[in-house]
Amino acid sequence: MEVLTWTGSLGAILNPILTVLVAAFAVALIAQLVLGLFAAPVTLQSNADGSLMARGGALGMTEKATKWLFFGILAICVAYIVVPQVLPYGAAGIVGEISKRFLPVWTALVVLFIVSIRYKRRLGLYGKLFDSTIGMIGFALVMFWVFTAIFFGAFNMIATHEYLSQVSGMKNVVPGTPVPEGTAGDVSHYLLGGDNLARDVFSRVVAGSVFVMAIAPLATIFAFMVGITLGLPAGFYGGKLDTVLSFLANLILAFPVILLFYLLVTPEIVLTGIPSYMAAFLFFFPIIFFGVLLNSRYYTQPAKRTAIMAPVLGVLAWLYLSIINQPGTVIDFLPSWLDLFDITVLVVFVSVVFVNAPTVFRIVRGLTLDLRTRDYVAAAQTRGERPWYIMLWEILPNARGPLIVDFCLRIGYTTILLGTLGFFGLGLSSESPDWGSTINEGRRLLLIYAHPALPPAMALLSLVLGLNLLADGLREESLKD
Amino acid sequence: MGLFILRRVGVMLLTALCLTFIVFWLTNLAPNLEKLAKTQGNARMSDEAVTSWLENRGYTQALPVKYGQWLGILPGYVIEGTDGEIRARCREPGQPLDEISTFCGILQGDWGFSTVARENVSEVLPTRLANTGKLMFWVMVVMVPGALILGVLAGMREGSRTDRSLSTVSILSTATPEYVSGVIFISVFATATFGMQWFKGSAASAVENATFENFFLPVITIALYGMGYIARMTRASMTEVMTAQYIRTARLKGVSFPKIVLKHALRNALIAPFTVIMLQFPWLLNGVVIVETLFTYQGFGWELVRAAGNNDIEMLLGISVVSVFVVLLTQLISDIGYVYLNPRIRIS
Repeated sequence: MEVLTWTGSLGAILNPILTVLVAAFAVALIAQLVLGLFAAPVTLQSNADGSLMARGGALGMTEKATKWLFFGILAICVAYIVVPQVLPYGAAGIVGEISKRFLPVWTALVVLFIVSIRYKRRLGLYGKLFDSTIGMIGFALVMFWVFTAIFFGAFNMIATHEYLSQVSGMKNVVPGTPVPEGTAGDVSHYLLGGDNLARDVFSRVVAGSVFVMAIAPLATIFAFMVGITLGLPAGFYGGKLDTVLSFLANLILAFPVILLFYLLVTPEIVLTGIPSYMAAFLFFFPIIFFGVLLNSRYYTQPAKRTAIMAPVLGVLAWLYLSIINQPGTVIDFLPSWLDLFDITVLVVFVSVVFVNAPTVFRIVRGLTLDLRTRDYVAAAQTRGERPWYIMLWEILPNARGPLIVDFCLRIGYTTILLGTLGFFGLGLSSESPDWGSTINEGRRLLLIYAHPALPPAMALLSLVLGLNLLADGLREESLKD
Repeated sequence: MGLFILRRVGVMLLTALCLTFIVFWLTNLAPNLEKLAKTQGNARMSDEAVTSWLENRGYTQALPVKYGQWLGILPGYVIEGTDGEIRARCREPGQPLDEISTFCGILQGDWGFSTVARENVSEVLPTRLANTGKLMFWVMVVMVPGALILGVLAGMREGSRTDRSLSTVSILSTATPEYVSGVIFISVFATATFGMQWFKGSAASAVENATFENFFLPVITIALYGMGYIARMTRASMTEVMTAQYIRTARLKGVSFPKIVLKHALRNALIAPFTVIMLQFPWLLNGVVIVETLFTYQGFGWELVRAAGNNDIEMLLGISVVSVFVVLLTQLISDIGYVYLNPRIRIS
């Protein structure tokens, strides 16, 4: 087997074109920035046929040039992804093979985008996202990793080797090295090289996406439940309750996050059972939230209320008990046939929720302070609605815009926090394929072998960037209403 | 204003007390103490040996008593150990027993003894803080002007192509945590992988002798992460100012665009970023820990990681006192600064 080059024979054609285009694009971009500083403001000039006059002169030309060069670069990048699908194995190099491995993801992305754009007018805020380029790019990046996690987690596709299996002779090998006879997985090369323990870097990055996708959104949802359940009454009632809760929130926020992690996420602390108690406390908030939410809505119709609340609270309580109940910790009373699942990284999960909740609390409190003076709140009070109904069914829906945007940003922040935990080797086993731990492992030999640390770093960067762009697009579109 | 500052200082002291108590409690949990005994004494100690080791050194007293001793409001312990040696909290090495002082806590200026560095905390911390101060100074020198220029350029013409591209750049920089950008920078600029080995991947030598070669990468790594956020805040405040009435008036008078930006808009647009920059300090503290670990620069963050990894109780407490005061002081300064800079805001 030969060593794969980065772009193979396809690169012989595409690489020179890409180099020229990128160089030209850089020059045009700089020219545009410099010229833009001295340009007169655009005055709209309409032609007889109703069209508008484009900007002329040197600046107009560079603007047009950057636009077309950008499309050119984009086309080449698409070619790098599409063309290898029809080429034989190895002809398109490492990039081509990686693109082939991601084929299910590409397909799912294309289908999702076609369907969404087709029906975007009927899809509310989600549909409006497809009016903004930034939002679409962000959404594509996020969905790329979501689909990767789904296809790997559920169907074991995409990854080329077992992410834990070590192949002798493959320690720290460079990207594109062929594996020895008889150890080939789905592909007979280590596409992105091997790490310090001779495991496939590419497969580990793919496997790491599952960890992030399973924990980050869920932890953020829990943080929002806690923040909303405490922030609404703090902002609505004010007074002593607000003072005490705000003090507690500021107390947690004044802690340097890493110090808190170092104190909370250690095997010794897990022994004392503090994370389990914290989980029992923090994860109770969703039950309170849904209980109060449904009760405040239906308390005038007791029969309907019981019919709705009993199953919802029952399921939530079961989930709650399954989450906090873990064999071998202080909370271990549920028989194993009742225990749905065990979260091995409960301490990581709890500490991430704990760090995020105070910020959400502050945002919700601020929004409630602003919204409680509105007319519709006064109207509801005049109708005789009770405080919790006003908070949950009048104020909360009207605060959804900023909260949705913050939710996206916060998933990104949670991803960064999870990476930080992995980076310091806290709470996760050293075999865990999550991106933070992989970066941490790779950085030790960074000065000699750069390739094991770079792919997880880029993966984390692209996911967080996607979430930030998505939040930006959502903010822009929700402001247009 | 005086009352406001007084109240804020009161809240600050209360917060600091609560936080140090939490740190104290967490570091003094039984498993942590056992770990401490085993790392300090002997890794293969029996349970009885651990207990007597802890008893002899006063670790088995009640938590509030220990905390009071650390604070300096309760007299330090004098314990005659099971091995016959008399140990006192306030005893300096070699000091005779009848000369030791009764109180020795943080209020008396005694920060305790670091079990890892085998030195007094009050001797270790200042040198570490000075190193971090040097790092932070250069971070500020790079970050603040860079962020303000980015933000003002993006915000002066909202929606223009410059705005869009610069905003994307600032989003990119906020989306890159230090451990990602640091790893990327090191592998690109400090290894031969990409043929651009211009800088050093370790800043260990920068403690004595900081040069462009060994100090640039850590500085730029911290600065980049904070820069995007400040730039976005500056942009938001700049766009708001640019739609104000008096800017329109200036434009209608025929003032040139550069003059409007520099003379009329800039001063008002920089009020909001000031508070953001001050509030950025606690964030930078996180970045400092990551970057100092990544680049092995022996500063405050590096010491935090070392102390936390070895359950060095008094060092951790010292670190939390310092960081809590940094966080709360910057909050206070940003509040006062905001009132001072913006005469429209008055505190009742």
